[in-house]
Amino acid sequence: MRVLMFGWEFPPHIAGGLGTACYGMTRGLARNDVDVTFVMPRASGDEDERFIRVVNASDVETVFGKVSTDAADIIDKMSFIHIDSNLVPYLSPEDYASYHDEFVKTGEKRWETSDIWSQRYTFSGKYGANLMEEVARYAIVAAQVAKDLEGQFDVIHAHDWLTYFAGIAAKRVSGKPLVVHMHATSFDRSSSDNIDTRVYEIERAGMAAADRVIAVSNLTRNIVIEKYNIPAEKVVTVHNAVRFAEKENEMPERGVKDKIVTFLGRITFQKGPDYFVEAAAKVLKRVPNVRFVMAGSGDMMNHVIRRVARLGIADRFHFTGFLRGDDVHKMFQLSDVYIMPSVSEPFGISPLEAMRANVPSIISKQSGVAEVLDYAVKVDYWDVDAMADAIYGLITYPALSKMFAQKGLEEVTNLKWNDAAKKVKAVYEDAIASAK
Amino acid sequence: MKTVCLYFQVHQPWRLKTYRFFHIGKDHNYLDDLTNRAIMQKIARECYLPMNALLLKLIKENKGAFRVSFSLTGTVVEQFKTYAPEVLDSFRALVDTGCVELLAETYSHSLAALSSKEDFKEQVKRHTAMLKAEFGVKPKAFRNTELIYSDEIGEMVGELGFKTMLAEGAKHILGWKSPDFVYAGAADQSLRLLLRNYKLSDDIAFRFSNQGWDEYPLTADKYAGWLAESNGEVINLFMDYETFGEHQKASTGIFDFMKSLPKAVLRHGDLQFATVSEAAAKHQPVAVLHCPHVMSWADEERDITAWLGNDLQNEAFGKLYAMKEKVRSLKSADFDYVWNFMQTSDHFYYMATKWLSDGDVHSYFNPYGSSYEAFINYMNVLSDFQIEVEKALAAKKSRKK
Repeated sequence: MRVLMFGWEFPPHIAGGLGTACYGMTRGLARNDVDVTFVMPRASGDEDERFIRVVNASDVETVFGKVSTDAADIIDKMSFIHIDSNLVPYLSPEDYASYHDEFVKTGEKRWETSDIWSQRYTFSGKYGANLMEEVARYAIVAAQVAKDLEGQFDVIHAHDWLTYFAGIAAKRVSGKPLVVHMHATSFDRSSSDNIDTRVYEIERAGMAAADRVIAVSNLTRNIVIEKYNIPAEKVVTVHNAVRFAEKENEMPERGVKDKIVTFLGRITFQKGPDYFVEAAAKVLKRVPNVRFVMAGSGDMMNHVIRRVARLGIADRFHFTGFLRGDDVHKMFQLSDVYIMPSVSEPFGISPLEAMRANVPSIISKQSGVAEVLDYAVKVDYWDVDAMADAIYGLITYPALSKMFAQKGLEEVTNLKWNDAAKKVKAVYEDAIASAK
Repeated sequence: MKTVCLYFQVHQPWRLKTYRFFHIGKDHNYLDDLTNRAIMQKIARECYLPMNALLLKLIKENKGAFRVSFSLTGTVVEQFKTYAPEVLDSFRALVDTGCVELLAETYSHSLAALSSKEDFKEQVKRHTAMLKAEFGVKPKAFRNTELIYSDEIGEMVGELGFKTMLAEGAKHILGWKSPDFVYAGAADQSLRLLLRNYKLSDDIAFRFSNQGWDEYPLTADKYAGWLAESNGEVINLFMDYETFGEHQKASTGIFDFMKSLPKAVLRHGDLQFATVSEAAAKHQPVAVLHCPHVMSWADEERDITAWLGNDLQNEAFGKLYAMKEKVRSLKSADFDYVWNFMQTSDHFYYMATKWLSDGDVHSYFNPYGSSYEAFINYMNVLSDFQIEVEKALAAKKSRKK
């Protein structure tokens, strides 16, 4: 089977959740005998490159960077196509506009995303002046790619709304079935009734035009069915898996004796940082020997700092700011409890990373990952009392935390991309069969 | 006969290094040594040394007619000793002329007066002891950090045995009254108050080099003329010493201005210079000054909101002074050293969020990107200090057993 995939660059180049998921999935697909032609956007700066560049396997090393040796086993199953574009994952129309303005003003070509994996991207002025224009332009190029590759693929797979127009265009040109992958919905990105309608429309159009829709969790699947009116029989849940680096970091030296409860992620409405703070204040009333850490940054950070100061717990509630690379892992290793109180989380990979580091996790019931985990404490994001209870239990009763840590590690180790890819392959087969 | 009272505030905070969560419990060096040294040596070069040399020359030339007052915080003296001992020597030379008065203040340029009487007294006594040790001087007059004053603070200062205290000539306190007279404290009426003439002080400290100012350029003769026009008895010109060569660079002509000022002033027969205590003794108080709410010399509002005006500052301040009993009971010079530099008001100033009216001044003095960064960094250091104090207390206890 051969698939034309509109995805995102691989780690370490782009190590956000999307890039990570694409990487794990394509590896899994390769193991399941699926040939992937991987199309990804990449801004090329100002040097005069051809509009479309087909990269053969021998050139791919630059894409993989540090993980190249690791990825060698799948390269022969894949070919890569780069399309020059400013598109990066998690981009909102507003972000794009401000980057573009900044570019016009200063000629500065770098930008930094605000997610915990903070990456630098090149921004080039020769692409669309706003995000919607760029998405449309990307689709036109994608159509050309699909035409050039005619007969070389059986199914089209598009990740995240930014590539949906590209997927639709490729489907029109080639007549092949289209599978779109919902990693997040507009409803996750903003407080429920305040969504970006342009993005919503693209998501809806993409799913409507698709033969099959893959959702990363049942939570997301329900949103797709209810809020986008997509027929339920077309929507399939395939939970993400997780892949861990082989190399084990040394355990960092611990400075404080107190228990450490960690929140790690963007400090935005979606992630529920407020609830964590309130729960922390409740726990601190009962037990003194615990510290809370909020790692990351985001538009609610200053608000959260003020709240912490007002609650009078600032000597026990610490902010690390943005963490990069090894520091993220170090933070997990230093933690006794990990908490993800997301208001809405399509999947949520960070608790898996915490559990992998032997850290018991508390996750909100409103996260997709709650569907695949048994050995994590699940609470409603708004239930601050339950959250405080869970934190208290995990730091006070060693038997409990030991059980969650051990069983949790087993559980995440068993979430394999091979299995997820099998399900994805079944979706392809189904899409091809029903298209005929 | 009118008195001109020049007083200069000399202070540098110990700046904290970027202290991250990961340092807590492991790294107990809190200071940014490189920055502290670089700033101290730069200011010594551009301000303290040349200005001290100039003042010494002027004092000698005028044979006792030119007199000034200083206060030096404990933290700046610590930094002189560490990074620029020659500055300390040049201050000693000034004090030895007999024409320079040193004022008492809080050791760390701290906000202890706003915490409690006990904290305040500890800070003042520490500073007085420092003056005795370094300069052999026993101060008679007092200036509180940033001219922070209220009736209550005045009372505490009187209790500590000081006869004179400086305060801001704030419009909202004075109303129609002029700052150019000696006033008496409300609670302790034997305490004499000298109030800063902020207009004439800021003409030098802030406006001197402002080319958009309609009085630019300011000459010593013109300025002396303004002093002579005053209808009061004592004109109090209080300013940061770093005005000379640092806020107003040498290239603005500030040193030339100061060089000509004594002669230009003394040329007017009814003007003379005096130190703070001399000025207060020379004139009778004309009225009692009522100041029930705390005021300072900072910002347009002349209040304390630059240091304790938001939740971040209140939290940091509360958490710091909650430790006082523990630190005191340790009786350790090392812990006292940290305890003192953590009290410095500058740390709280960096956490201010009131950027609207006085943002320029605030950002000029602020090494942090935002008040939130300043808060996080301070709290991280404080957290480690808390842990260290607890450890030391536990060790002490086990030794007793």
